[in-house]
Amino acid sequence: MAKSEVKLLGAWPSPYVMRAQIALNLKAVEYEFLEETFGSKSQLLLQSNPVYKKIPVLIHADKPICESLVIVQYIDDVWTSGPSILPSDPYDRAIHRFWAAYVDEKFFPTMRGIAAAQGEEARKALVEQVGEGLALLEEAFDKCSKGKAFFGGDRIGFLDIAFGCFLGWLRATEKMNGVKLLDEAKTPGLVKWADRFCADGAVKGVMPETEKLMEFAKVLMAKMRGAPPK
Amino acid sequence: MADEVVLLDFWPSMFGMRVRVALAEKGIKYESKEDDLWNKSDLLLKMNPVHKKIPVLIHNGKPVCESLIIVQYIDEVWNDKSPLLPSDPYHRAHAKFWADFVDQKVYGPARKLWAINGEEQEAAKKDFLEIYKTLERELGDKPYFGGEKFGLVDIALITFYSWFYVYETFGKFNMETECPKIIAWAKRCMQKESVAKSLPDQKKIYESVLDLRKIRGLE
Repeated sequence: MAKSEVKLLGAWPSPYVMRAQIALNLKAVEYEFLEETFGSKSQLLLQSNPVYKKIPVLIHADKPICESLVIVQYIDDVWTSGPSILPSDPYDRAIHRFWAAYVDEKFFPTMRGIAAAQGEEARKALVEQVGEGLALLEEAFDKCSKGKAFFGGDRIGFLDIAFGCFLGWLRATEKMNGVKLLDEAKTPGLVKWADRFCADGAVKGVMPETEKLMEFAKVLMAKMRGAPPK
Repeated sequence: MADEVVLLDFWPSMFGMRVRVALAEKGIKYESKEDDLWNKSDLLLKMNPVHKKIPVLIHNGKPVCESLIIVQYIDEVWNDKSPLLPSDPYHRAHAKFWADFVDQKVYGPARKLWAINGEEQEAAKKDFLEIYKTLERELGDKPYFGGEKFGLVDIALITFYSWFYVYETFGKFNMETECPKIIAWAKRCMQKESVAKSLPDQKKIYESVLDLRKIRGLE
């Protein structure tokens, strides 16, 4: 497939964009990455995703696909010669989808709230909630991995991608707020899984460095407060 | 091997209704267990410890949670008849996108139409109608959201139709005037037995909401 046949509209700090990139890498699909400028939306983005006007957008043979988890499933459906991303068993698929939805609706919003927390009490409460979420995900990891390396088994699968994409921001959040979220004592399975995930060939090149994310977060917060960035 | 299928449900829930429709589309026999949301059953708490919500489909003892995940599960397991998703990957993605849109966007404003009074309710009315007009544009002149065939997006959205009398009464608007194509589509869906027998009567839902509003001190 010609490289220009597959385009991905995205931005390097976005964990949602990373999901699409990991999926494309797993399938060894060549694609053109079109970086959106932070703070403005390109004509192509507005045209391709008029409903949400958000990245990522996958454009395959001029047809747009939006919403990161929809994109990952689409990639799995189209490039069938590559390794499967979703489990083959319908029940396992439902479990992966359930936890992916949990990560999107409950886990990540709580984690993201830590940086914006007003005061120590509020921050502690959110950190505790994230801890509870991680305990649930540790249990899910035990059940899904069945002793293997990933939620998907021997190889990275749907839930690995859905959850793993947030690891960069999780580490940045830990450093910027002086908190420990992923704790070997509490969630040993997830700690080891996180290292394996970040080291995987499909992930390594697209997971941003923690330091870069921290810099970006500072710029973002300054912009939101109205102060000029340094 | 006989399949054992149990649905933990709550009769006015538009999410529970989605599963009823999917099970009916596939002709699956199941046991329905009505849960009391103010006094949740041990079974519900055991089967959905994370969210403690209905619907939960229990298939041969194993729980599946979240209505649209359940509908896709049903489609994948009972794949011998009435496909709820298209086979083409692009059309599948399109269907999942719009089903997800319904899931993310409709419930919030819809609930505010009857659960609260005042300014926030007015704002919710605006949002609600805007969202439905977006959906109406997406439907266009197709018989169903999926085209010729009734599918996932239709299932995701049609269940809100049973609440339309509630929304219209408290929101003070008329859906036939605001979104005529949506009403035509809804009536078309209601012609299907799987839908008609899964959705409670609009007046019954209205009466239960009146009771709820009294409890909340809104009447």
